[in-house]
Amino acid sequence: MKSKSFLVSSGLCTLYAAGFLGGCSQMLLFDSKGPIGDAERLVIVKAFVLMLIVVIPVLVMVLWFSRRYRASNTKAIYAPEWSYSGKIDLAMWLVPVAIVTALGILSWNETHQLDPYKPIEPGIDPIRIEVVSMDWKWLFIYPDHDIAVVNQIVFPTGVPLNFRITSDTVLTSFFIPQLGSQIYAMAGRQSRLHLMADEPGSYAGHNQQFSGRGYADMHFKAIAVSREQFEAWVQNTRQSPDKLDPARYQDLAKPSVDHAVMYFSSVKPGLFDFIIREYQTAELGGR
Amino acid sequence: MFGKLSLAVIPLENPIIMGAVGGTILLALIILALITYYRKWTYLWQEWLTSLDHKRIGIMYIILALIMLLRGFSDAILMRSQQAIAAGTSHGYLPPGHFDQIFSAHGTIMIVFMAMPFLAGLINIVVPQQIGARDVAFPFLNAVSLWLTAAGALLVMVSLGVGEFSKAGWSGYAPLVERQYSPGTGVDYWMWAFQIAGIGSLMTSINFLVTILKMRAPGMTLMRMPMFVWTAFFTSVLMAFAFPVLTVALALLTLDRYLGMHFFTNALGGEIMMYINLFWIWGHPEVYIVILPAFGVFSEVVATFCGKRLFGYRSMVYATATIMVLSFSVWVHHFFTMGAGPDVNFFFGITTMLIAIPTGVKIFNWLFTMYRGRIRFTTPMYWTLGFIATFTLGGMAGVLLSLPPADYVLHNSLFLIAHFHTMLIPGSVFGFFAGYYYWFPKAIGFPLNEKLGKWAFWAWLIGFDLAFVPLYVLGFMGMPRRMEHYANPAWQPYLIIAAGGVAVILIGIFLQLIQLAVSIKQRHATRDLTGDPWNGRTLEWATASPPAVYNFAQTPVVHDIDAFWDMKEKDIAYRQHDRYHDIHLPKNTAKGLVNGALVFVFGFAMVWYIWWLAILSALGVIITLIVRASDDDTDYIIPAGRVEQIEKQRYRQLTAVAAERPAGGQTSLQPSPAV
Repeated sequence: MKSKSFLVSSGLCTLYAAGFLGGCSQMLLFDSKGPIGDAERLVIVKAFVLMLIVVIPVLVMVLWFSRRYRASNTKAIYAPEWSYSGKIDLAMWLVPVAIVTALGILSWNETHQLDPYKPIEPGIDPIRIEVVSMDWKWLFIYPDHDIAVVNQIVFPTGVPLNFRITSDTVLTSFFIPQLGSQIYAMAGRQSRLHLMADEPGSYAGHNQQFSGRGYADMHFKAIAVSREQFEAWVQNTRQSPDKLDPARYQDLAKPSVDHAVMYFSSVKPGLFDFIIREYQTAELGGR
Repeated sequence: MFGKLSLAVIPLENPIIMGAVGGTILLALIILALITYYRKWTYLWQEWLTSLDHKRIGIMYIILALIMLLRGFSDAILMRSQQAIAAGTSHGYLPPGHFDQIFSAHGTIMIVFMAMPFLAGLINIVVPQQIGARDVAFPFLNAVSLWLTAAGALLVMVSLGVGEFSKAGWSGYAPLVERQYSPGTGVDYWMWAFQIAGIGSLMTSINFLVTILKMRAPGMTLMRMPMFVWTAFFTSVLMAFAFPVLTVALALLTLDRYLGMHFFTNALGGEIMMYINLFWIWGHPEVYIVILPAFGVFSEVVATFCGKRLFGYRSMVYATATIMVLSFSVWVHHFFTMGAGPDVNFFFGITTMLIAIPTGVKIFNWLFTMYRGRIRFTTPMYWTLGFIATFTLGGMAGVLLSLPPADYVLHNSLFLIAHFHTMLIPGSVFGFFAGYYYWFPKAIGFPLNEKLGKWAFWAWLIGFDLAFVPLYVLGFMGMPRRMEHYANPAWQPYLIIAAGGVAVILIGIFLQLIQLAVSIKQRHATRDLTGDPWNGRTLEWATASPPAVYNFAQTPVVHDIDAFWDMKEKDIAYRQHDRYHDIHLPKNTAKGLVNGALVFVFGFAMVWYIWWLAILSALGVIITLIVRASDDDTDYIIPAGRVEQIEKQRYRQLTAVAAERPAGGQTSLQPSPAV
């Protein structure tokens, strides 16, 4: 190929490199703040490096072959009838097979290790949080503390978070990028997720599954604090004049966009299960 | 009387939509006026709209695909410019409802009305010629398929000005598409357009399965079929098995929306994940439906322009077959985050990874075809090389996503968007463009300007990388897809670069339009008189450019995978026939077009709840098909004398070209006398 093409090709390679390096400081997925996010980042890096074993030779061969065997280079060997070599054929099946085998082992281990349903067990009782996705806001119920919050969760560092998640609207996805795994929220059933934060901080959380008009504003803050600060926050929230009873819940469930943070000092027991059951009362034998 | 339809549904208050509608109508009027001015209506009707000639139908498919490419690309410009400005407190210039329609339309159009007609067009033009056939197995069915696809495309276009399009994404996840959450007509437009085009695709696949299995020239065993025919075959198998699933999913959704049933609703026993499973049981094979034919094009292009046999033909066939089978076993990787257990997720992750093996094999096959070849860097070869390099990187992103733990953080992010665009633009669009440049002289009779083609390629490649590399980065920065606006200012610089990339691709598209105009203008000087402008290897290059309506005066006999190359080697490629036979071909008919028009009316009536019109048009469809089925006079005969005249004319032309050419070329064009 002409040198001009080489210039453009190497320019594009630089673009890839620059893009990734330039974004590093802002790359939330590479700046994880908990064990799940850390492990997931490692999976990405390991798999990426493994794949380079086959990707780099391909890129080199594209450039090398297209330059060496250009029609104007009459010095290169030309073998128009040569179309098979058992050795090459075997190698080009076996090399990808080997890499996929390695990746498969990685996948088996990590998929079981990082199953969102698997509790994190550092020997401390987890904090239970029930998550309800609504149009277009998040409701977080702390059943053990009898409080509820809209569009904000606060939790202590170093303590596992045990989420039960459902939806009172369409399909959504609950995600705090810096802590790791997302999981779908579906009406009429619960999904589970276990996360933990190692460092205090305020982390962005959002819905990662398009859900209609207010989707772009369906985000919340996940705030990791010390144990003492958390207890103080719980006490503070208990002072709120608002109580989450069924009537208040019906009101909250009405569609709203960019809802402000709201605190409820008490929650009707079993509200989360009630929201799930509402979708299961089917004459036709629901789930 | 008119159901939900009234003048109020036309979004007169929205200047962007009205501008687009005005522009589209104006363009259509100009085209109609030009046709009238040049008195081309009869020509258009007799030679094109009512034609059952597979080559004509193929060209019409590609024209449809290119028009819809422009529409889908306009949507891309709107999305990228909106996201480039809608940071922080700015909400850009598109409100959520409008932005949502745009990304829904972009996906629907690019997959169903750009990629599908493009591949159907290429297969239509090329496959019958490559297997030495005179037409497809069911020429009328072919026209029905074309006009159904066009009817679906027209429904999407009409939704622009009459009512609205779906705001629920191209995949239309339940329960967002249910009446409760999307009461408007937008979802109905999406659903009917999708359904109608899907049925057209299903019929296309049946047509090509039968054509390829039953109509190959003598000597062309399965293992002597050109790679493009193989990929067309595998794609047809995928279509035949996958599209019925989509048809059923959409039909159940129709029952939900029109009759208040509860297949995919949240409550009353509905199962939203069932819709999502069904959609991707079609949706993942669909990815390979649009990619495999492009792989076929690359295989043809590489062998031709390297002047060499395709490396590892058998390996290539088995690799492609493996991809076909595996593509049905991976659909859950579209929703690892549903909460399935680790064993289920691992299974679908590993099947996904397994696809990387045959795909890798194919990449190596192309590379070793280049090895020890004599590579001519024509435009189709540029697209092929651009594809190999970029696709490999996109494949890497795909294998990453196949690891469930990685997908838990990358799912539904812009990383995913970047990944599947790196699969579908180089993997599919670049392939279709390579095919467009490669077979243009065959289909139309003159080549496209090479210099402008290469400029267009570079604009596309550079623009593509500028537009999608930032999206990979944004995925790692935690940006979800489909954001109408966003609060994080750190994302904005990357989105501005991505918008710049779209502008560069736009330059590429302009260059392609200019290229088309320039090439048409230069056609008298560049006309391909040989039928074999690239020194090709397969049978389509044995016919004239453009081919006679019957393709082959006498059915060729095949002795080699590269059948035409073999004939040229033996110096029998241009042997004259001693006698000619009558050729029987399908007559023109307007019933395919009428059927498509009636189906369009039916779709429109269903969208707007105009029941009487829906019933009338449905009856019309049935009557049209019965009338056609009872018609015994559907063929005509080209008498042997006329065939001889056409063929003699071609041989005279070849002799004249041979006389002008300096001696010592690879192959003698001099027609050899009959034996």
